[in-house]
Amino acid sequence: MNSLNLGRHISGQFNEDLERVLNLVMQMGGLVEKQLSDALTAVVESDQEMAKAVLSNDYQINALEVNIDDECTRIIAKRQPAAGDLRLIMAIVKTIADLERIGDEAEKIARVALEDFSSRQKDLLTNLDNLGRRVLEFLQLSLDAFARMDVETAIKIHSSDEKIDREYEALMRQLMTYMMEDPRSIPQIMSVIWSARALERIGDRSQNICEYVIYFVKGKVVRHMTLEDMKNL
Amino acid sequence: MITVTPNALSDSPNKMDLTNIPPEQIALDIKGLNLYYADKQALHDITMSIPKGQVTAFIGPSGCGKSTLLRCINRMNDLVDICKVTGEINLHGENIYGSQIDVAALRRKVGMVFQRPNPFPKSIYENVVYGVRIAGEKNRRNLDDIVEKSLRSAALWNEVKDRLHESALGLSGGQQQRLVIARAIAIEPEVLLLDEPTSALDPISTLTIEELINDLKKQFTVVIVTHNMQQAARVSDQTAFMYMGELIEYSDTNTLFTTPLKKKTEDYITGRYG
Repeated sequence: MNSLNLGRHISGQFNEDLERVLNLVMQMGGLVEKQLSDALTAVVESDQEMAKAVLSNDYQINALEVNIDDECTRIIAKRQPAAGDLRLIMAIVKTIADLERIGDEAEKIARVALEDFSSRQKDLLTNLDNLGRRVLEFLQLSLDAFARMDVETAIKIHSSDEKIDREYEALMRQLMTYMMEDPRSIPQIMSVIWSARALERIGDRSQNICEYVIYFVKGKVVRHMTLEDMKNL
Repeated sequence: MITVTPNALSDSPNKMDLTNIPPEQIALDIKGLNLYYADKQALHDITMSIPKGQVTAFIGPSGCGKSTLLRCINRMNDLVDICKVTGEINLHGENIYGSQIDVAALRRKVGMVFQRPNPFPKSIYENVVYGVRIAGEKNRRNLDDIVEKSLRSAALWNEVKDRLHESALGLSGGQQQRLVIARAIAIEPEVLLLDEPTSALDPISTLTIEELINDLKKQFTVVIVTHNMQQAARVSDQTAFMYMGELIEYSDTNTLFTTPLKKKTEDYITGRYG
């Protein structure tokens, strides 16, 4: 966190405010990561207990989001942050909105683990494992980049989302084949499709977090830029 | 219909290339300006162009030279014996430090307002017409018109129109400051210099003056020195950050306050200076 240069404000209070809010973001990130990881384990291993735990823990993420939002509003009102400080607050406010939505997606995935799958259909769920692990890794790297405000990593992993999209499409094709072969399992396959869709969305949101890191460091909005333009910033 | 180009997403609107302003849009062109108080150099090689009809703010810590630079623009530093200036300041193409310059005439073109309101101990009316009378205007009707126009421009007319002949010293601090601005604009200068015009005022009067500055730029080029960074961010189109007599960064205000290029600027505007 030293690379953020937070500790050098003349106002020690301002330093503390920023550090506290960043710590809360890290805590929220850790929680979201765990929720996603648990949801995936619950689905792949049909662990209903774990699925229930994921559902009951989501409120913590929501509470943290509200809390951090409040802190950021207070900092803006009291400190009128400028330049890097302002970009940091903006990046935080946007990041936590994405984290909260990732939490919701994890909850959706966990719900699938509570549905009835026959033992043969359970094989379908393991198909989610690959995609899920890849998305989880992307989320972890994005949060890492955020924690260190490491712009090189953020740019490097930004394109991981394309790989996730490709894997998602491959999974879709596979699931469609299943549906054609065995129309009776369509309801269960639909659940798997929803989970895959949730994972794909988490990939998009992790990519957003990388973009906020780039925005904080470079001061440029890269949402609609090509990778080449991004590297030339 | 709004057309969005890729650049429009990252650059602030109305951004001006300050190193390459078309000559007809430049009000003040400062070139290689150095200023010495005896042996001590207070300004180091300042080069900048200030565009016409806009508000330009100078910010920086105490002693950075921002007020000194402002005072150079109407040669107020001439009053300091030990002061020596080299370089040029061109007002609409004419060097104000040239040998042909009539300093009194220059100061009619470049008005100035100071930190503390300094109305003369005369009536409101006489305060406004003071400069105009000196310039030779005697026609009562013209003077009346000038008083109304200037006070309206300074957003003070409605508050004082029924007591124009009462003493200016009976006005509140914020009103006095607007009166001083009315006095400065009565002689229709081209440039208006404001040296911390709101630092002695309460927040509401400050907002009134800021609103006024925004209106004034339609008629005048405004240059403002302020210690209040949020004020610079609110009122100015361009901001120049100065440090130890040097111009560190000069860019459009939106950029300077969100993504300054220089670390010194960043440190100053985020409160890390020192």
